[in-house]
Amino acid sequence: MVRTYFKITVTEKSWAEACLRKKIMEQKHEERTHVPTRVFVIVWIALVCLTGLTIKAAQMKMGEWSMVANIVIASTKASLVLWFFMHLKYEKRVFKLLIFVPLITVSIIIGLTFFDIWYR
Amino acid sequence: MNETAHIEHRDYVGAKLGMWLFLFTEILLFGGMFLVYSVYREVNTADFHEAGMEMNMTIGAVNTLILLTSSLTMALSISAIKRAAKMRSILFQAVTIILGIAFLVNKYFEWSDHIRHGFYPDSPKLLAMSHGKILFFGLYYVMTGIHALHVVIGISIIGFILILTLRDSVSGTDYVKLENAGLFWHLVDVIWIYLFPLFYLIL
Amino acid sequence: MEASFYHAKTRYPGIFGWLFTTDHKRIGLLYLISTLSFFAVGVSLGLIMRLELIRSGMHIISAQTYNAIFTIHGVVMVFLFIIPGIPASLGNFIMPLQIGARDVAFPKINILSWWLFIIGGALVVTSLFTGGGPLDTGWTFYIPYSIRTGTNVSLAVFGVFLIGLSSTLTGMNFLTTIFRLRAPGMTWKRMTLFTWAIYATSWIQLLATPVLAITLLLIIIERFFGVGFFDPAKGGDPILFEHMFWIYSHPAVYIMIVPAMGAVTDIIPVFTRKNIFGYMAIAASSLAIAFVGYLVWGHHMFTSGMSDTARIIFSFLTFLVAVPSGVKVYSWIASLYKGSITLGAPLLYTLGFIFLFSIGGLTGLIQGALATNLHVHGTYFIVAHFHYVIFGGAVMGFFAGIHYWYPKMFGRMYEEHLAKLGWVFLFIGFNMLYFSMFVLGWEGMPRRYYDYLPRFNGPNLVSTIGSWILAMGLIIMFYNLIHSLFAGAEAGDNPWGAASLEWQTSSPPPTENFEAIPVVTKGPYDFK
Repeated sequence: MVRTYFKITVTEKSWAEACLRKKIMEQKHEERTHVPTRVFVIVWIALVCLTGLTIKAAQMKMGEWSMVANIVIASTKASLVLWFFMHLKYEKRVFKLLIFVPLITVSIIIGLTFFDIWYR
Repeated sequence: MNETAHIEHRDYVGAKLGMWLFLFTEILLFGGMFLVYSVYREVNTADFHEAGMEMNMTIGAVNTLILLTSSLTMALSISAIKRAAKMRSILFQAVTIILGIAFLVNKYFEWSDHIRHGFYPDSPKLLAMSHGKILFFGLYYVMTGIHALHVVIGISIIGFILILTLRDSVSGTDYVKLENAGLFWHLVDVIWIYLFPLFYLIL
Repeated sequence: MEASFYHAKTRYPGIFGWLFTTDHKRIGLLYLISTLSFFAVGVSLGLIMRLELIRSGMHIISAQTYNAIFTIHGVVMVFLFIIPGIPASLGNFIMPLQIGARDVAFPKINILSWWLFIIGGALVVTSLFTGGGPLDTGWTFYIPYSIRTGTNVSLAVFGVFLIGLSSTLTGMNFLTTIFRLRAPGMTWKRMTLFTWAIYATSWIQLLATPVLAITLLLIIIERFFGVGFFDPAKGGDPILFEHMFWIYSHPAVYIMIVPAMGAVTDIIPVFTRKNIFGYMAIAASSLAIAFVGYLVWGHHMFTSGMSDTARIIFSFLTFLVAVPSGVKVYSWIASLYKGSITLGAPLLYTLGFIFLFSIGGLTGLIQGALATNLHVHGTYFIVAHFHYVIFGGAVMGFFAGIHYWYPKMFGRMYEEHLAKLGWVFLFIGFNMLYFSMFVLGWEGMPRRYYDYLPRFNGPNLVSTIGSWILAMGLIIMFYNLIHSLFAGAEAGDNPWGAASLEWQTSSPPPTENFEAIPVVTKGPYDFK
């Protein structure tokens, strides 16, 4: 009986062969996604520039707005590291979705605690 | 056939997935500390600004650049191994380790300097200061300390992988261990990306 | 393929073939034995507590000893028994079989998790006899006492830290396993609801435990370095400690209960011979409990000095988290309705679970309402509530699962009449022991005290006698389970006639679980 599973047609009853073909497909996909060196270097240059920018923003002494600006810049830098250096751009969609789980969890934890801190 | 037999008992995506899930736990671990930081900064904003003046922004910035560059070299080491350029990959891994050690050396001098000036947990000088200042330095030592511990762990992991690469255990056809080591190292970098403004850029 | 995994040729000989195994089934049994051993320790401590409290003014131990005993009772029961509990033992053994895998994704990390658990437990036990002696802070380690007490807090807390690491790694392992190792045709909607429960629980283990880890580290750092995070003299906030502690410890109770709910959800269709009612609702409710469970921790802190705004918000969210649990209870009842019921021991324990968990859950609502919380916080009402949900709920579910999967794990059947007799003693003893506590708490008896006013004598006596009847039930049940290992009737592959995958292989299974990995074409409760 023909079934479609993981986009592979499984005619055989053997799990080993079906799984193997899927893994070979994943490996070949991974081999095709070769990130050129210049991409990494450009990202690195961007990160260095953003570091300079964040120092400037702090030196402008805008009070707590400096901190907001710095967090935004830090998040941009973190996103660049995640997307390129940590390869998230080239990973399966499930990885891209899952990264939000810990981020949302930390936000909830800090957010709900602040309902206490702000209104004591 | 050889290639397929070799892939059969490995799950490349699964290995990476496991590592990403482990990184989530690290995000939550540091998240707990960021919670403590954000609460005390909110309550002691002015004091945090005053305490921030004691920090050496130059060392902080240099350390930031060191870690950013080490992330680059780590990514390049993976690119190299994918092209089966074994010695180049080893070179980049070694540079990453050296940069990590440089970071720790800077940290050592930085901490020594602060301790010599009397700014350490429970020191008489610190206890005489305002609450915000005491908390700021407490957070500084604990957060950069736990981060530094992760740098040490990261260096050890990369060192171990470097040996595996030398022995061809990590190679152009099987490099997920190097990638996972890279993921851990990049996370250490990401944590520092946030620590830098929170401690060194409160001016 | 050898007969069963018990007879496998292992890398290391003899006992080391168990201690250093990478077979998820052996690891599951290692956890089963170790967690149940710690349970026995916890029960003994509980019995001593009840003996101390048999009558006002009568003492068999000092106040300090009592404080240590209720602390260790809590630490052992929570961290060494029920949190690893079902996921590490039944989850390890059964889940990979249910999804048609040959093992978990990371078998070596699996055995590492067990060793971390054992070493952590050993450190906790060692802390009882070294340094300043057994800790007396309560299992909640509240500041400032946990910083100031001379008892051996740091060693015990570090032991718990290692146990937490064990839990986190298990969660990571199971998530990867469920994502990656399902058999062909095993879609998400064809997984058993036990596996769904393990999946949801693994997310909680993964994300919540690190917050406990950092909280425990901060206790140790505070004791050694006096940093001041929770010390008002240095600007710290003790309430912040409570926030951090409960941010883990509330989701932790869902680690305890969700797998038990999963086990009974697997049992009900088999013993009613019809498909489960509300499969999607039950699966979704497991995820909903996992998510909403992160939003309610403040309800442990209503009397702590938290802001009114926070208290109102947490109270509202607490009422919300009851909804998915209610969805499950209604679905179970609907599943039982018009079923062809066989009242075997697994179903008996399941029915006990539903009844006792409902009582516990409803009293949780009383605690979740701000006004009534002020009255019952810190009293025996709370003690009764959490014993109803954790013991009457999670542990009963655990016992149900042990009986249900007993033939699969051991290849033998337990003795049915003895199992039912044990249940009767357990049920009667349990309600005598803990219902009295609702009465006591409502009347105002505080918890964690080694003595009480004479007017509380009556229910306390009932409670202590209940503890003896309960202990009798446990002895009968465990005697049955252990004796049947040697004298039980041989069980076939599928004595219950169940439809899920673990029953489509031999009892006990061979090391590689299945001769050939099946291709799944129907649902887990499809009895046609």
